[in-house]
Amino acid sequence: MLEVRELRKSFGSFEAVKGVSFTVNKGEVLGFLGPNGAGKTTTMRMITGFLPPSAGTAIVNGHDITTHPVQAKGQIGYLPENAPSYDSMTVTDFLGFTAEVRGFRGSERRDRVEAAIKQCRLEGVRRQAIDTLSKGYRQRTCFAQAILHDPPILIMDEPTDGLDPNQKFVVREMIRKMAAQKIIVISTHILEEVDSVCTRAIIIANGTIVANGTPQELRSKSPTGRLDDVFRRLTIGGEEARND
Amino acid sequence: MTSARNVTAVFKRELRSYFESPVAYVFLVVFLALTGFLTFSVTQFYERRTADLQPFFFWHPWVYLLLVPAATMGLWAEERRRHSIELLLTMPITLSQAVLGKFLAAWLFLAIALGLTFPVVLTTMYLGKPDMGVVLCGYVGSLMMAGACVSVGMLTSSLTRSQVISFVLALVFCLLLLIAGWPPVTGFFTRWAPNWLVNGVAAFSLMPHFESMQRGVLDLRDIVYYACVMIFMVAATNVALDSRKSA
Ligand SMILES: Nc1ncnc2c1ncn2[C@@H]1O[C@H](COP(=O)(O)OP(=O)(O)OP(=O)(O)O)[C@@H](O)[C@H]1O
Ligand SMILES: [Mg+2]
Repeated sequence: MLEVRELRKSFGSFEAVKGVSFTVNKGEVLGFLGPNGAGKTTTMRMITGFLPPSAGTAIVNGHDITTHPVQAKGQIGYLPENAPSYDSMTVTDFLGFTAEVRGFRGSERRDRVEAAIKQCRLEGVRRQAIDTLSKGYRQRTCFAQAILHDPPILIMDEPTDGLDPNQKFVVREMIRKMAAQKIIVISTHILEEVDSVCTRAIIIANGTIVANGTPQELRSKSPTGRLDDVFRRLTIGGEEARND
Repeated sequence: MTSARNVTAVFKRELRSYFESPVAYVFLVVFLALTGFLTFSVTQFYERRTADLQPFFFWHPWVYLLLVPAATMGLWAEERRRHSIELLLTMPITLSQAVLGKFLAAWLFLAIALGLTFPVVLTTMYLGKPDMGVVLCGYVGSLMMAGACVSVGMLTSSLTRSQVISFVLALVFCLLLLIAGWPPVTGFFTRWAPNWLVNGVAAFSLMPHFESMQRGVLDLRDIVYYACVMIFMVAATNVALDSRKSA
């Protein structure tokens, strides 16, 4: 279980995340929605142990990320925003490094890397340096890094960003296939994605949660029954929403 | 045990990354060419007609001053600029393991460069009978000096996302550490500062510890001094990254 408790984050005097709480259980795919600058990435960075929260904490399968970060991080596979990686390395070497840091050695390490390469269809570029890959392949390499150790919890910041329609489909298929065994949190700006993969969605605006429910529940908040209307109504200032 | 494995994993990746780019080879060639030029042309190694390596080791601090910042400037600055730090620090390792792994990799890279100067030793052995104890001691001193400069360079690299700023800061910082005990510098201070301060600043200098090792005096205090500098800089890098990794 992933339990997020009253997370807060301030950058100087600016509070980017203002007390976010939610829990996600095994088998759920949580969609994290919100306009640009809402605090999605910041929240994910705190859950994954990259940023220390100003207040609050996240309990990752029983491990508190602020007090037992190493154990908690071991439970998580993380695809950061914009899929960073070590550009001068080849795909195989990069995945080999992440496997090693994840504690795999010898033949198990090779097997993990091979499985991840196969699963993300990277066979054709395995010997290529990452900085010579196209954006979509870079995204898939970073995706491979996140699922390589078969983590019980997957946190992905815009996993389909920059992928072509076929690849978007493939990634959503993979998420759906893994969903039953895992806890998955994805942030996205693509509202159809919520319908196609998420069992639940949270809408966050200005660092606070403004809606939390199944896609159907969210849809029922708007007379038109469309998610983008709900999204606009909840995330644009009250006045503008009333004007339409 | 897992902590040692984590340090090793980071260490191996970092060391490989040096050799994955042409930077490593350019660096090694420039390092060897520069030490060779300074030793043989500037100090007129052959004309001295003594079989020791003093003119060779004499130049090492200055070569390090120029080149170590180039080898270390990317250690954290690049990691932060490309956001790969976000991957590294969300792996199940601690920040200090990552810092230590990187430091050791950069230090070993410098050690490789230093090791490749062995033809100079062979030349002196061919020309005369150098005292191998003194030579070894000089190499140990040079290795420690390199480690101290690497630790300073790693610290400045963690302070900024710009490799250029990191390079310049490391250069200035290392220069200060090198010349802190130099008479013109201490002379400048004695004019207005109290004696204890002058001696305090001079005691921080990297140079005296290196000079005694160059002459073949292996004093435990010198080794401890260099170890302290490195430990301090590595710890400072840890603190700097811990507070600034988000920016
Ligand atoms: N290191 C930082 N220093 C200062 N402000 C920051 C920092 N990181 C994030 N912020 C601010 O926090 C707010 C939330 O940013 P965040 O990246 O979490 O948004 P997001 O929801 O992921 O947006 P997007 O959809 O554009 O990815 C923004 O206003 C951003 O400018
Ligand atoms: Mg974001």
